[in-house]
Amino acid sequence: MNFDYNEEQQLLADSVRRYLAKSYDFEARKRIVAGEGWSADAWAQLAQMGLTGLPVGTEHGGFGGGAVDLMGIMEAFGEALVVEPYLPLVLAARALERGGSSAQKSAVLPAIVEGRAKLAFAHSEQGARDALDAVQVRAAKNRLSGEKSAVIGAPVADHLVVSARSEEGIGLFLVERRACEVRPHRTLDERLAADVVLREAPAQPIGGFAVLEAVMDLGTALVCAEAVGAMKFACDTTLDYLKTRKQFGVPIGTFQALQHRIVDMYISLEQARSMACLAASKADAGGEPRAISAAKIKIADAARHISQEAVQLHGGMGMSEELKVSHAFRRLTVLAREFGDADHHLARYAAL
Amino acid sequence: MDLNYSAEELAFRDEVRAWLRAHLPDDLRDKVENFAHLSKEDLLRWHRILASQGWVAPAWPREWGGTGWNVVQRYIFEEELGFAGSPMLIPFGLSMCGPVLLRFGTEAQKKRFLPRIYNGEDFWCQGYSEPGSGSDLASLKTKAVREDEHYVVNGQKIWTTLAHYADWIFCLVRTDPSTAKRQEGISFLLMDMRTPGITVRPLILMDGAHEVNEVFFDDVKVPVENLVHEEGKGWTVAKYLLGYERMNTGRIGESKRQLARLKQHGARLMHDQRWRDRLSRLEVELAALEITNLRFLDRMRRTGQPPGADVSMLKIKGTEIQQGLSELMMDATDPVASDPLSTAIRQRYLSMRKTTIYAGSNEIQRNIIAKMTLGL
Repeated sequence: MNFDYNEEQQLLADSVRRYLAKSYDFEARKRIVAGEGWSADAWAQLAQMGLTGLPVGTEHGGFGGGAVDLMGIMEAFGEALVVEPYLPLVLAARALERGGSSAQKSAVLPAIVEGRAKLAFAHSEQGARDALDAVQVRAAKNRLSGEKSAVIGAPVADHLVVSARSEEGIGLFLVERRACEVRPHRTLDERLAADVVLREAPAQPIGGFAVLEAVMDLGTALVCAEAVGAMKFACDTTLDYLKTRKQFGVPIGTFQALQHRIVDMYISLEQARSMACLAASKADAGGEPRAISAAKIKIADAARHISQEAVQLHGGMGMSEELKVSHAFRRLTVLAREFGDADHHLARYAAL
Repeated sequence: MDLNYSAEELAFRDEVRAWLRAHLPDDLRDKVENFAHLSKEDLLRWHRILASQGWVAPAWPREWGGTGWNVVQRYIFEEELGFAGSPMLIPFGLSMCGPVLLRFGTEAQKKRFLPRIYNGEDFWCQGYSEPGSGSDLASLKTKAVREDEHYVVNGQKIWTTLAHYADWIFCLVRTDPSTAKRQEGISFLLMDMRTPGITVRPLILMDGAHEVNEVFFDDVKVPVENLVHEEGKGWTVAKYLLGYERMNTGRIGESKRQLARLKQHGARLMHDQRWRDRLSRLEVELAALEITNLRFLDRMRRTGQPPGADVSMLKIKGTEIQQGLSELMMDATDPVASDPLSTAIRQRYLSMRKTTIYAGSNEIQRNIIAKMTLGL
């Protein structure tokens, strides 16, 4: 039993944190969001730190990192509310690793490692409501037709990994972004996304439903970690506010009504962190979807609790776009629902 | 990061589990599982079985009968006890008076009291709360006046758990009413419950059970040799005890057993989605608590730091889950059934409301976290 990151994991997470503190603070993030919605410079830096190689196996020049290796990164991203489309890259790379042919892997994975290729993971569809098998995009003779929604990072991706239904069932396909119509938009939490329209888009099969399931569980575990980072920020910044904001001549943190509420926020955070550890430690092995769903239930509940309380305890300032806490609220609102909300995972948890 | 127990820890758990299967008497387990009343004799019987195995006070030093287990092994042991359905070990001697004597007692006090606590020869109770001093414990008024080789004690304690079983009581008393700080002038005294002037009066709680009492002290003469630590340093002792608190306040093993039983017996209800969701959420809360508890233990094992305010969090979540379970169990019983189990489960729902109030109410625990951890 050991709940710590190993030395390598800790060093990597620390260096990512240092980089983000220096070059991806709230002001820098604002500029990125107001601009293209992602930063080529940040992406190059992250690639140089080895992040793009982390999810790729050593035979293709990567580091063969697992969910626990990625957890520390995602926590740091969560704290800084990073908008770069890193998670979709991880998921697409994992899908290729699991299901791709050696030719496909050699063609794409080295470019991922070097930071040259960006991939997005296109699974969600309108009306599917998180049901894994509610895929309407059709695959026939290695051509895909249909629509995917809110595909994070799609506008800047080179390839998309797309889930689609063929005669053999639901599987994953590698598609060039140029072969799709991409309609960019920003998500509620200011990330660059797109609705993707596929019209007989040429596609290569890269794995079946089992790969999709495993990748979605990895994604669930990693948004749990990201949410823990964002929740930590929300708790810390609220605690700071309680200590500095004065009313009635005293810091508002002297009021017991507020003290108990922030204590409950930190309790939620600790509980959520525990479940994120559980999810990350189970996500690679597969076969423990119940643990993943349990984690997402807790994280979704905690994200809602902490984000709502963080805004409330900030008073009017919590509503203002000027404070990072309102952006954390937006991020946590989305993370609570991404890869399935609490109700979805409750149903799955109970059925397993 | 590895959330699994090591092979050694698993082997230890299996050893404890196998021993419990062989030595926990069926009648005691049945009583625990069915929430039946446990008599003083039931409690002592189980205490003595564990004592004869050498497992009744794992945390004590080896020379006094401790096992030398590390914090994780102790946690595993306690959770296995709860999971197996063993009667609760009454903490007042083993986990409260014992550790206090080990830390602050004289050699004579240790030799006199520790073996009798270990063997279950003396039943202890705790005299802390008073009618005017609940959460504000330092305001306590029961006074002890030194007269030659005795203290003369006058006053009243309340909510004294199992005082009607007890041979001895450890008490916080005021020996100096004139100190500037209320925390000074308090002393830690041990009293024989048979001493003239001590009267125990039952307080019946809403479930009809006689568990707590009022204890009155009327010119009770206590030999000065029964003072623990220095006169006026009782608050130091009390604070040590709070810091010493066991890491099993979450009572996770017991909750796991009840949850498993609820699933088994409530099988029909598992088809009801609303019911199932409530149960699942509670199960997830319990998993989160268990992992959090293990995280704290792991940190404690590596740093050697005492648990501090972490225990407050475990107490808050553990008791909330216990109450949640008692409510689910009540809702799982047929509302019109009058069989003994259904009746006991309803009474248990009433009784479990105490858990968020006792041992420092959950609001006091939040105050502790706000102050100690968050610096508010």
